[in-house]
Amino acid sequence: MVRLTIDGKEVEVPEGTNVIEAARRLGIEVPYYCYHPGLSIAGQCRLCMVELGNNPRPQIACNTQVTEGMVVRTDTSKVLETRQSIMEFHLINHPLDCPVCDQAGECWLQIYYMKHGLYEPRMVDEKVHKPKAVPLGPHVILDAERCILCSRCVRFCDEITGTGELGIFQRGDHSEIGLFPGKELANPYSANVIDICPVGALTDRDFRFAVRVWYLDTARSICPGCSRGCNIEVHYNLRRPHHNQGRRVARLKPRYHAEVNRWWICDAGRYGYKFVDDPSRLVSPSRGRGDAAVEIGWDEIIPVIAGQLRRYRPEEMGVLASPKMANEDLFLLKRLVDHLGLAHVDFSVPPRHPGDEDNLLIRADKNPNTCGAELVGLGPREGVGHGGARGILRAAREGRIKCLWVFHHDLLASAWPEEEIREALRTLECLIFQGSNANRVSAAAHYVLPSATWVEREGTFTNFEGRVQRFWRAVEPLGASLADWEILGRIGAALGLGPQPVRAEECFKALAAAVPAFAGLSYGELRDTGKVVSA
Amino acid sequence: MSELILTRNFHLPGSHTLALYRETGGYAGLEKAFAMKPAEITEEVKKSNLRGLGGAGFPTGVKWGFLPKGHPGPIYLVINADEGEPGTFKDRYLLERDPHALIEGMIISAYAIGAHLGFVYIRGEYVGPWRIFRRAVEEAYQAGFLGKNILGSGFDLDIIIHRGAGAYICGEETGLISSLEGKKGWPKLKPPFPAIRGAFGAPTIVNNVETICHVPHIVRRGAAWFAGLGTKTQGGTRMYSVSGHVARPGVYELPVSVTLRSLIDEHAGGLPNRRRLKAVVPGGSSAAILTAGEIDVTMDVDGLKNAGTMAGSAGVIVMDETVSIPDALMVVARFYAHESCGQCTPCRESTGWIYKMTRRIIEGKGRKEDLDTILDVARRGAGTTICAFFDGAVGPYISYIEKFRAEFEALIPK
Ligand SMILES: Cc1cc2nc3c(=O)[nH]c(=O)nc-3n(C[C@H](O)[C@H](O)[C@H](O)COP(=O)(O)O)c2cc1C
Ligand code: SF4
Ligand code: SF4
Ligand code: SF4
Repeated sequence: MVRLTIDGKEVEVPEGTNVIEAARRLGIEVPYYCYHPGLSIAGQCRLCMVELGNNPRPQIACNTQVTEGMVVRTDTSKVLETRQSIMEFHLINHPLDCPVCDQAGECWLQIYYMKHGLYEPRMVDEKVHKPKAVPLGPHVILDAERCILCSRCVRFCDEITGTGELGIFQRGDHSEIGLFPGKELANPYSANVIDICPVGALTDRDFRFAVRVWYLDTARSICPGCSRGCNIEVHYNLRRPHHNQGRRVARLKPRYHAEVNRWWICDAGRYGYKFVDDPSRLVSPSRGRGDAAVEIGWDEIIPVIAGQLRRYRPEEMGVLASPKMANEDLFLLKRLVDHLGLAHVDFSVPPRHPGDEDNLLIRADKNPNTCGAELVGLGPREGVGHGGARGILRAAREGRIKCLWVFHHDLLASAWPEEEIREALRTLECLIFQGSNANRVSAAAHYVLPSATWVEREGTFTNFEGRVQRFWRAVEPLGASLADWEILGRIGAALGLGPQPVRAEECFKALAAAVPAFAGLSYGELRDTGKVVSA
Repeated sequence: MSELILTRNFHLPGSHTLALYRETGGYAGLEKAFAMKPAEITEEVKKSNLRGLGGAGFPTGVKWGFLPKGHPGPIYLVINADEGEPGTFKDRYLLERDPHALIEGMIISAYAIGAHLGFVYIRGEYVGPWRIFRRAVEEAYQAGFLGKNILGSGFDLDIIIHRGAGAYICGEETGLISSLEGKKGWPKLKPPFPAIRGAFGAPTIVNNVETICHVPHIVRRGAAWFAGLGTKTQGGTRMYSVSGHVARPGVYELPVSVTLRSLIDEHAGGLPNRRRLKAVVPGGSSAAILTAGEIDVTMDVDGLKNAGTMAGSAGVIVMDETVSIPDALMVVARFYAHESCGQCTPCRESTGWIYKMTRRIIEGKGRKEDLDTILDVARRGAGTTICAFFDGAVGPYISYIEKFRAEFEALIPK
């Protein structure tokens, strides 16, 4: 540990810390553009200058590592004047098109100009003009005039993805961000450059002109796109419902987690939320197949489902749970399954195309909670010998299983022959589908129970490393949809299982009490960073 | 006339050949050098008061001493032959007329610092000098002065010649290293300094051509002799590139204690056409300008520093009374705007801005406040950048306006 003094306050930080991070510990903000803790030091923006000891020339804080007894000042008139100068330089060629810029409201040029601006423009000459609205790839669009040439995007593509699509071309004030010839910014993590671009130079083609950022609210969440469980923020818009074609979720942004995803998320995860406000959402319970389907209320359908579950003998019933369900849901389902004495239970359905994987974040398992489903015990039980989900479907085809309860899966997108599955679905006497969006299974179902999506409820997922992480509710469940655990609780009550949890947290408490791997955990205990269970 | 050291053979036909170089005593100092310990050579160079002749004037022996001791990996010697500083054309003469002097200097210097690979980074436009130097390297290999086990000493040295592609900033030592590494010629953040982490991540010494050409003489004739040629703080002679309004423009090798007046009037033949001197830039375009009344200064690093300017690359640009200083500043400002690498904000933005303001003044569209804005912008940016390029630009920005303000004001409409 190294002790130093910043603006008269002492602080102790690990060796190798730079002055920006040391100041942050004390709550002292050293402004910067090019520095990013996840990237190499570039020292280009020159905004983070501070005074060190008796050195009359301010030095950049990003490239200064702390030393024992170092004396740093971030508040002298010299430092403040330097910041003002650097801000002036950053802005002389800037087009000042904030009114039509998506970044407005979360732009570090605006923020630091308000704090450190000169406020008296002295530049009267023609500004340098550069290309505007240049698509760099499927997700990212560039306005080179707004770019402050911090090189963060370049370093991201060089150092994090190793794909090297971007470079800074030309020299002097004609320097310009661009693609190397023949390249496209299409790596699986490309949109992270939008997040790290401190200004409106790189914006999101998906989010562009959708909602002004000051209308957005934020909820903490976990990406459900694969078993990595990247920490994210859900940005949603309820204040201007007429914007963005009424879609409530406007975008997902990464949320720092030191051990899971650092500052990043993949593009598939980032844009994978569209199902939430999609017309395919199931918004009401219904009975009857296809055109004969009629929407009914929960009060009406719950006793019907309970009746069906009672009607069949346990060996005539199967359950295909989903690794997309939260731990809370899975646990209540497990209780029901045990109560009914069902043996034909599984959750794992292989996809038709194996998922891609890399050694940064993306996992081949595109489910957020496979680990949770295993720990809760919804996998094929040893000794039962039904051959898992495929065996259950075979039994359905052969008429041995008459009632099947499918959660979320589109079985027709599985690796198994379509005809096999169609036949199973056709043959069943009672097919119950529970999920958030319509698919080919819901279309074939006798009963449909609409689930809330993960942004419409809270819960926990257990990622591939066994890390249990919370997600929070952003928006209300669409239509009559309910969280899976709530639906299961209502059915449980109707089956006489006694009082059921009324909050997700209670489900988790019961889970922690019942499943040894989760013993001792609680929502309070998980906090923001989650906890690893011994998987 | 004082003794010529670096340029002693320049007048001889065939001075660039190995044969003539050897005839005149070339490579004779190698054996003496190999008999010394590397550290003794560094010590000798320190004592000689040899200071870098590329621009910064840093004591050469001291720089060599910054290398980590007992470093396990490779160490590189890089010769800066980019010679981009406007008004400077001395390294070109050395490459063309005495290339073996550089090779011998490199062998001894590499031996002193423990390098077995030397790079010579030659300005892209120097096609002729590159051809001649390349031929000399071939000759040296054939004669056993380069390659494995040089003269049975057990010391190996290879030389790689790298041609630049035409950017002033690739003369800045870390910009040069980036370029050598195959990257855009962007200067690097210091620390780490090249002596600790330089080319390809290895400890690297970057020296100017002329600096290294002095080394064999220092080893052969001793540090005391060399130090005695100059001033208290800088030894030896150096090559002054004199251009502009003088009767005999050219390269003059003189002890660093020569005065600017003597250089112009005696050596370069004074101003032609009986015109009067207006101003002199003493050390390449980045040096602050001196007025006609300020030329009684010695041309060593500290003499010029005390006069408020710098020795830089010793490119002496003489301007007579016909020169418009605002025009001169516009040319200089255009150069710096064009050559700024654009990496760091103050330099990238203000070089362009200052050029635009200067041009506007020349076009008769200046505003009263422009001159103070230029001065203020230059002062605010000074000392805030990654490399010394911008401080170099500030030299002319401020000195031209401060010393010739009336000329600028005359162009600004009332
Ligand atoms: C913008 C800029 C351009 C430079 N150009 C050259 C050059 O062309 N040749 C040179 O030898 N040094 C040049 N230098 C100085 C080098 O950075 C470095 O100080 C020098 O090569 C070290 O060698 P020396 O100690 O032998 O002088 C330049 C410096 C700056 C800031
Ligand atoms: S586009 Fe954005 S991230 Fe990239 S260099 Fe410009 S300002 Fe920085
Ligand atoms: S890596 Fe997985 S969890 Fe992370 S953002 Fe992508 S899909 Fe989501
Ligand atoms: S000072 Fe100028 S030349 Fe040097 S690194 Fe910065 S922008 Fe490039």
